[in-house]
Amino acid sequence: MTDTAAIAERLVEMVGDRAEAQATVTTGEAALTRFANSFIHQNVAEATPAVSVKVAIDGKAARGTDTRTEDSALAALVERTLEAARLSPADPEWPGSAPAAPLPAIDNYDEDTAAASPDRRAEVVGRFIAAADGTDAAGYCDTEALVVGFANSRGQQGTTRRTRATIDGIHRVGTVAGSGHQTSVRLGDLDGGAVGALAAERFRLAADPFDLKPGEYEVVLAPECVASLAIFLAFYGFNGKAVSEGQSFLEIGKQQFDEAIDIWDDPGGPGALGLAFDAEGTPKRRLDLVRAGVSLAAAHDRKTAARVGGASTGHSLPGLEIWGAVPSDLVIGGGGASEAEMIAAVDRGLYVATFNYCRVLDPKTLVVTGLTRNGTFMIENGRITGAVTNLRFTQSFVAALCPGRVLDLGAEVRHADSEFGPGLVRCPAVRLASWNFTGGAEG
Amino acid sequence: MFDYATAAVEGALAAGAAYADARVVSTRTENIEVLNQNVQEVARAESIGVGVRALIGSSWGFFATAELSAPAARAAGARAAAIAAASARVPGPPVELADVPVAEAFWESPFLEHWAEVPLSDKVDMLIGVTATMKGVPGIALARAELGFFDTEKWFVSSQGHRIRQHIVESGGGYDATALGERETQRRSYPQSFGQYETGGYETVRAWDYPGNSQRIAEEAVQLLSAAECPDGEKTLILEGSQLALQIHESVGHAIELDRILGWEAAFAGTSHLDLALLGKHRYGSEIMQITADATIPGALGTFGFDDEGTPAQCVDIVKDGLWVGVLSGRDSAARAGLPPGGMVRGDGFNRLPMVRMTNVGLLAGDSSLEEMVAATEDGVYMATNRSWSIDDRRLNFQFGTEIAWEVKKGRLGRMLKNPTYTGITPQFWAQLDMLGGEAERIHWGTPNCGKGQPMQIGHTGHSAPAGRFASVRVGVKG
Repeated sequence: MTDTAAIAERLVEMVGDRAEAQATVTTGEAALTRFANSFIHQNVAEATPAVSVKVAIDGKAARGTDTRTEDSALAALVERTLEAARLSPADPEWPGSAPAAPLPAIDNYDEDTAAASPDRRAEVVGRFIAAADGTDAAGYCDTEALVVGFANSRGQQGTTRRTRATIDGIHRVGTVAGSGHQTSVRLGDLDGGAVGALAAERFRLAADPFDLKPGEYEVVLAPECVASLAIFLAFYGFNGKAVSEGQSFLEIGKQQFDEAIDIWDDPGGPGALGLAFDAEGTPKRRLDLVRAGVSLAAAHDRKTAARVGGASTGHSLPGLEIWGAVPSDLVIGGGGASEAEMIAAVDRGLYVATFNYCRVLDPKTLVVTGLTRNGTFMIENGRITGAVTNLRFTQSFVAALCPGRVLDLGAEVRHADSEFGPGLVRCPAVRLASWNFTGGAEG
Repeated sequence: MFDYATAAVEGALAAGAAYADARVVSTRTENIEVLNQNVQEVARAESIGVGVRALIGSSWGFFATAELSAPAARAAGARAAAIAAASARVPGPPVELADVPVAEAFWESPFLEHWAEVPLSDKVDMLIGVTATMKGVPGIALARAELGFFDTEKWFVSSQGHRIRQHIVESGGGYDATALGERETQRRSYPQSFGQYETGGYETVRAWDYPGNSQRIAEEAVQLLSAAECPDGEKTLILEGSQLALQIHESVGHAIELDRILGWEAAFAGTSHLDLALLGKHRYGSEIMQITADATIPGALGTFGFDDEGTPAQCVDIVKDGLWVGVLSGRDSAARAGLPPGGMVRGDGFNRLPMVRMTNVGLLAGDSSLEEMVAATEDGVYMATNRSWSIDDRRLNFQFGTEIAWEVKKGRLGRMLKNPTYTGITPQFWAQLDMLGGEAERIHWGTPNCGKGQPMQIGHTGHSAPAGRFASVRVGVKG
């Protein structure tokens, strides 16, 4: 295995005393088996190193990346990045490199998953497809193994790693579909048959949908919908850059959410997929963002932390530092209800399996428009009475979770996919007092 | 580099592939971002590697490695074949490939001033100046400007004898000004949101006169805070060119992708409302709607010499006199549908499987002008510059927001409107197209951030569009 930390240290040595330097080297293999029309049609894998070095000369900073790890390529990367830094104006907010600090003992890694063959992924896919007869199944099973090495000129250095495996798919006929999803650190945990059975059950319930008049409805949102809410709260709200620029809704110390809501970011612990440090080498740890509905904190990298006179929380995103500091191991705490119990509590409302194509209309109020997908169901008198065609919504994600609006939280907290990728959010289903649907299939 | 691609193909064939192709791709990029006169990012990236595609039975196998040597390339080919073979555990109908000419060629996108030859300090200084002008407007909190550049070389080899080298240079960028209200943010962007990108050198950036528009953009952002809300209801809607370009991208470009129509993207990107049985019969829009997918337009972002299957770039009719007549396709999807291959398959770098991608999917010019559209409108809204976009998985039900709008009353532009949105259903919406700008107002807009596929790929696509008018559209949807 490539010694990523050694390469990172080599880069820092090459920079020497000519500049501050931080280097990150990521290696590993990612593989994805994709199926549609109930057979595997695209099956891919890659082993692409990512080498990144950031240098700063009296605050004049530049970043360079490459896919090569041999010494001559590393030297060329260092020289062209130094040249770019020399030609850049100083950044008055350059926060300096992270100090040397102990790293947490986080190791979300499974050797069996890292070595997974395409045959293993095909087995999971086969069981997903076999869970229903007469449908067109589509989706993917993937495995990912990352090893990340870091070093900087202040002596911080280390290695962290993780694996992830996901099965995600639908059973469909024509425009009627049901979905299922499972993510774990271990491929061996994935139960393609059970996930396929859930998708098949939702597909059966989704038959013969009718057009519902748009309006405000009480909703039970499955975890995949809640994951979309969490992602938008993280990127637009808990992001220290958005906060410091006045573009976030976040008001620390204020009761902005229902008292049932707890949100935190945690790279470790059972079920987590996080790494031990962030893109700047800052150790990662649990960060409480919302407790009992009260906003407690934003996520920060070194630059945004300096703006508010605080310390980095370890949330600089590798390669995406320009976006700010974003929690990427989010957890929304669960409650005590099962999804069936939440549905049973609804007189008239909707159960939604997934959201799709969510986009922000206003970042500060976090008004988002999007659509329902792969299962939207009418609930009447505590039971699902039929399927509804996909609906468009236009809804503030903050207002939806504000005091008095969260009626129930599911007991099961699990990894839930959103349209932005797997492994970012663990959350329960929720029952909300209202959701603003603004259009149906016919506009 | 051809030797590495050849070794990869040989490795795949030796491991049992019925067909194989490989691309060595070398990419250099430069990105600069400035916020409030301070440089936020100067990033230079290089990548090089080989990606090999092997076909066995009903599935493609693909493997990519950044290790460039003949043994590593050969091993990558063998891995691709083994991955394809594993797909046989869940088999389907065998993949067939439509015939294309076997080419040995070199193609280069024209450019006058390569971006790498322009001093970094010149680019940074220009962006700092633009943000200084915008930040100087009272009420502007955030003045952001960016430039992005790409230089891509590809060496393509197939087991059928293709041997093609391409060199594509792309340049672009843009800026935006944000004004913060107590409970709202208002933003204006130039030349369009997310920047305007084209094939070409730094001359494409100079042509947009970044400094000359920065004061106006910032003033408009501030004015939006006190502007009236966009009213709701059915209105005549005039769309500025870049917004119409995105409307084409979302409600035409993705809908005509043959892989979506065939269900290959069903679980993620989605399918399409289009049914191949209705090709040549389905009315997509009004009779003035003429759309082509033209990969040969000089300077447009979706222009190339050959796609990543070695098929020559071409211009294909998509909507003719309002009728749906064409699709975006590759060799496998075209063979499955019994259609000619369109040469529209591209991959995002060496480490992604090439897939059906938009080229330059755009409107041909009409015979009107923005001035005439406004003059001919009794009660309407003119919307400009995208702010949000959302459309369903069949590309039917959409809702767009734009940064700014103006009321149109009795043939004149009136007061500024904020938070404009409009919504519709694809064929009904396009059926309302009743006026379209002429060639003088048509711009080859570029979209540098089109996401598709698993693993995710970012595509560069072009969309030619002037301004257009739609007779009756629901506007002013609120949250």
